[in-house]
Amino acid sequence: MKHNELETKNELQEKSLFDKTVGRRSFLQYAGAGAAGIALVAAGCKKDRGYENPTMNGGVTLDFKDDFGVLNYAYALEQLEAAFYVKVASAPPAAFTTAQKAYFQDIQFHEIAHREFFKAALGTAAIGSLEVDFSSIDFTSASSVLGAAMAFEDLGVSAYNGAGPRIKNGTYLLLAGKIVSVEARHAAYVRDLISNGSFADLNSLASLGANNSAGLDAALTPDKVLTAAQKYIKTKINVINL
Amino acid sequence: MNIVNILEEIEKVDGEIYERLNPRRAAMKSFFNMGKKISLAAMPLALGSMFQKAYGQTALPAAVVDVLNFALSLEYLEYHFYNHCIVGKTPGSAVTDVTFNFPNAASQAAITTIRDHEKAHVDLLVGALGSSARAPIAYADTDFRAGGAFATVYSDYNTFLAVAQGFEDTGVRAYKGQAGNLLVSPGVLQTALQIHSVEARHASHIRQMRTAAGTTVYKPWVSLGASGQANDSGVAAVDAVYAGEDLTVQAGANIVGIGGNAGITKAVAVESFDEPLDKASVITIANLFLRDGKKL
Repeated sequence: MKHNELETKNELQEKSLFDKTVGRRSFLQYAGAGAAGIALVAAGCKKDRGYENPTMNGGVTLDFKDDFGVLNYAYALEQLEAAFYVKVASAPPAAFTTAQKAYFQDIQFHEIAHREFFKAALGTAAIGSLEVDFSSIDFTSASSVLGAAMAFEDLGVSAYNGAGPRIKNGTYLLLAGKIVSVEARHAAYVRDLISNGSFADLNSLASLGANNSAGLDAALTPDKVLTAAQKYIKTKINVINL
Repeated sequence: MNIVNILEEIEKVDGEIYERLNPRRAAMKSFFNMGKKISLAAMPLALGSMFQKAYGQTALPAAVVDVLNFALSLEYLEYHFYNHCIVGKTPGSAVTDVTFNFPNAASQAAITTIRDHEKAHVDLLVGALGSSARAPIAYADTDFRAGGAFATVYSDYNTFLAVAQGFEDTGVRAYKGQAGNLLVSPGVLQTALQIHSVEARHASHIRQMRTAAGTTVYKPWVSLGASGQANDSGVAAVDAVYAGEDLTVQAGANIVGIGGNAGITKAVAVESFDEPLDKASVITIANLFLRDGKKL
């Protein structure tokens, strides 16, 4: 499935890869030698973006041995969300109100900003672009789009909450925190569109790890999140060192 | 207000708190594994036992108790704010100063949901403190009119919502700022993050309630004000709540137009990332709503 917006972006990003600045290096210097190793591997197969590990043909590898694995995991999810909202915003369901169209466009740009931020922050350590599969979503149906949006947002919140404790660097943790609350705001908005008042229905999020009586939101480990997201992603995602 | 703040404050008076909490990796691992098995509803008890393990069977050091109780104070404050406007509408209640009516059942239900979550967070801290928990803050200790700055908070539904928005957006920011201090304690960090995103869900809904109740549109996410200022709430009195929310550079990357996307305007860049707030600023905001002699 081709998305013009995504294809265009990829070209721009490829170009920007060669223009990495010292500032980027300092952002990433925390990872030290381990990161350098990853960067070298990635640089060695620049023409094959997406082949983090050449032996894992056609897929991407999320290596959770360090923060780069977690950040790439977030990057993967933001790619998925951005691709979904780009499609919604470009042709919203006819039943959407003007206000809904405007907010879904906002969300689209938020997710693109998140995706581009991770791409820029990860630099040469970034995984390649994922190919998505939205065949299960009827983009002409408001209920289908809203249902998928809710699934993406709640899953995103659970993913960030579940991955947060894996992050070793405080700067990265804060950045993840800056994003997850925006995802939670999206989730609440979409939920209210589906059923007003369900913005924080933690009982309905129990399967994602929420607990209503303790006032705790969802949190899932990466393996569970990726299993749930699998139906929307064509690219094979290899998870190691989880 | 949150677990993250608590440990940060403990660290100030007890530099070895993290070692106390995490004397041996294996011990903590078994503790968090246990945490996964027990009902999350028992989390307050589990937290309590964690602090007991950290400090042994003796009473918690006075300075640590102070810190935990400070966090509890903030939770009480949030709880009372919402609870007061609900019990004031209950027939037979002694409360008489809430004169506005919720416009519909849904709005009252939403405030009840939020109130219940804040109560759950209070219980979490009380469980952690055990017998050292401070005396509950009574409603009488609070002043949600903020000395007259929000004189109509109980008579005007829109004012009530405006203050609620300030509370929730502050809560989200307060949590975020301290997350880094919990890196060494993944289980507690996990819990704190799960509270943090609940506050963001509250904030999103309150903003929609404000939009529904009036003529001005408030986005579910923190955007730029009408004049491009950080405070998008339309209430100048809460400028402190939004100070620094208009950041457009993240980790050295300029978000405006990032990746060649012209659609990522300054407003979008601001909306895409929520910013943290330091503890001193949170105290300043909280004290607006406590009576003299009861301030933090």
